Amino acid sequence: MTEVLSAPLVVEFPFTRSLGPVQSAFLTGLRERTVLGVRTADGKVLVPPVEYDPGTAEELRDLVKVAATGTVTTWAWNPGPRRGQPLDTAFAWVLVRLDGADTALLHALDAPGPDAVRTGMRVRVRWAAERTGAITDIACFEPYEEGEATGHQITAHSGEFGGETAVTGIVAPARLDYTYSPGRAQSQYIHALSGRRTVGERCPSCRKVYVPPRGACPTCGVATAEQVEVGPRGTVTTFCIVNIKAKGLDIEVPYVYGHIALDGADLALHGRIGGIPYDQVRMGLRVEPVWTDGGRYPDHYRPTGEPDADYDTYKELL
Amino acid sequence: MSNAPRPSGKEPVAVVGIGQTKHVAARRDVSIAGLVREAARRALLDAELTWADIDAVVIGKAPDFFEGVMMPELYLADALGAVGKPMLRVHTAGSVGGSTALVAANLVAGRVHGTVLTLAFEKQSESNAMWGLSLPVPFQQPLLAGAGGFFAPHIRAYMRRTGAPDTVGSLVAYKDRRNALKNPFAHLHEHDITLEKVQAAPMLWDPVRYSETCPSSDGACAMILTDRAGAARAPRPPAWMHGGAMRSEPTMFAGKDFVSPQAGKDCAADVYRQAGITDPRREIDAVEMYVPFSWYEPMWLENLGFAAEGEGWKLTESGVTELDGDLPVNMSGGVLSANPIGASGMIRFAEAALQVRGQAGEHQVAGARRALGHAYGGGSQFFSMWLVGTEPPTT
Repeated sequence: MTEVLSAPLVVEFPFTRSLGPVQSAFLTGLRERTVLGVRTADGKVLVPPVEYDPGTAEELRDLVKVAATGTVTTWAWNPGPRRGQPLDTAFAWVLVRLDGADTALLHALDAPGPDAVRTGMRVRVRWAAERTGAITDIACFEPYEEGEATGHQITAHSGEFGGETAVTGIVAPARLDYTYSPGRAQSQYIHALSGRRTVGERCPSCRKVYVPPRGACPTCGVATAEQVEVGPRGTVTTFCIVNIKAKGLDIEVPYVYGHIALDGADLALHGRIGGIPYDQVRMGLRVEPVWTDGGRYPDHYRPTGEPDADYDTYKELL
Repeated sequence: MSNAPRPSGKEPVAVVGIGQTKHVAARRDVSIAGLVREAARRALLDAELTWADIDAVVIGKAPDFFEGVMMPELYLADALGAVGKPMLRVHTAGSVGGSTALVAANLVAGRVHGTVLTLAFEKQSESNAMWGLSLPVPFQQPLLAGAGGFFAPHIRAYMRRTGAPDTVGSLVAYKDRRNALKNPFAHLHEHDITLEKVQAAPMLWDPVRYSETCPSSDGACAMILTDRAGAARAPRPPAWMHGGAMRSEPTMFAGKDFVSPQAGKDCAADVYRQAGITDPRREIDAVEMYVPFSWYEPMWLENLGFAAEGEGWKLTESGVTELDGDLPVNMSGGVLSANPIGASGMIRFAEAALQVRGQAGEHQVAGARRALGHAYGGGSQFFSMWLVGTEPPTT
């Protein structure tokens, strides 16, 4: 039994967000050290503001300014902050109802320990020194026990802030950390490739040979185990000529991207065709793999010099 | 609970409201919520209904990686008036707009709900679909070619199998881009389009030219589906659903026919059986099919039974699929003229409905009584279709 492979897989992308009028005013406001909410038809003030009334679905555009002080409505202690979180040291996640608001905002509270946090405690915004128009313009909240909750007067706000350019979009980087394992069948396939052998698996029911193997036949739904070595030679069943350079791939264009049915396999795998001018590649071309030192996969496939395969021999593999 | 016996059979399903946004490369002026709201409002306006008239919301979009919002339906409940109502999200890759409409239609047909809002969207400008479709998987060779590179070899296989002349693809693109000029919601409005320009465009993934690929769009499409009672109250003529089906198959398996997938044939056959269609070429007046690369028009014409195997390109070449042809295809300009991916399938369904309602404006096919809406997705593995008509179904 070969070892089942495993490796980290990081998926990350800087997504962009168009904000729309309400979030635009909210984030522009934070940059100007002002917290804006939105007022519903029945007089409730929602902070953070939303574009549409959760109760009635009506459009909400009536912006109001609320205080930078408020009351913790509930909390959870976070003993070990992870990357990208608001504070580097242990902190409390808090829901804060700002004075003048009817709903609570999620943020971080800088507190020495869980004993220093309680529902009902008074807090205030700690503004970031450099503000860009993002929720992180509120660096965090901090205790403000001396500030009694008083009847706070909200004031109407246009959502405009003088000559300053409004924030209309943000970049929201996302990152997911996975541990990826290709499983038993593909691990065996990859181990065999390191010895420059291509090994698929035959379905015990339909007898088709799958390369790469997946440990199960997708049509019969049964486990596959019988190993079958295929290739190394094969036939180009179809292809395209790629004229656009892919990001992160060190291949000069144009190049040929081919579907190659290795001898003995019942479906084609994909690979680059080289060793022949791109405009001379054709369906039925007989090819063999070209390996480079240390390569996990064949670098490309090149013509064997054999006569082309007859269309009838591979048309079922298209 | 009433003790009255429930009527037997399915409830007829009618489309009484349709709304689309103007599809564009980037809608930087609205949030995702604002985008879907715009389409939904237009559908409500068309049906002369309010949020309170809607019993449930069924929403669809393509993979979450396309905008990077996990489960966007959760935050869109407010914008779509779904608070306190059932809200479902459907996901079947590029065919999702079609399957979303069918899930909504089945809720009406099964008498679970009387009136359902269904909506699909994509805001492609917030991410990069090419990135979203080619995440680097450890131990695997990186994909060498992207989405066009995935489909181009299958197009070459079609050309080899049928002996179609090289020019057919450019004819499709030229037709669809001209049709788009008659559709105010289409993304691409190429007023100076000529066949020569289409053919002079560079090959991206030979045999696929730049001019023969779909654009990347932001957009949303919404429909209001209702029962017989709802249709009777509708201010404008409804489109009636005569058949609808979905089929799927694995992305890759030994024996898969990428040129004409079995799941697509089976899906079409099911729809025609429900609708009592025996000769689709003669009995269907107009088709909106999912053609992201021009050559997929002749390929789907065969897969959907409008032409015998190997003959689809002849319909295209002889002008049958032109707006004034015998079997117009993609009167709206199709996916080649607007591709907000998650919404693209629903736009096909909605455009088919617009035709039989007589509401398609400048791209209306005169006298269209039966129209097919078609969508596919993934590696040609998900299919969804519906057939709509002017008259209520008789069975």
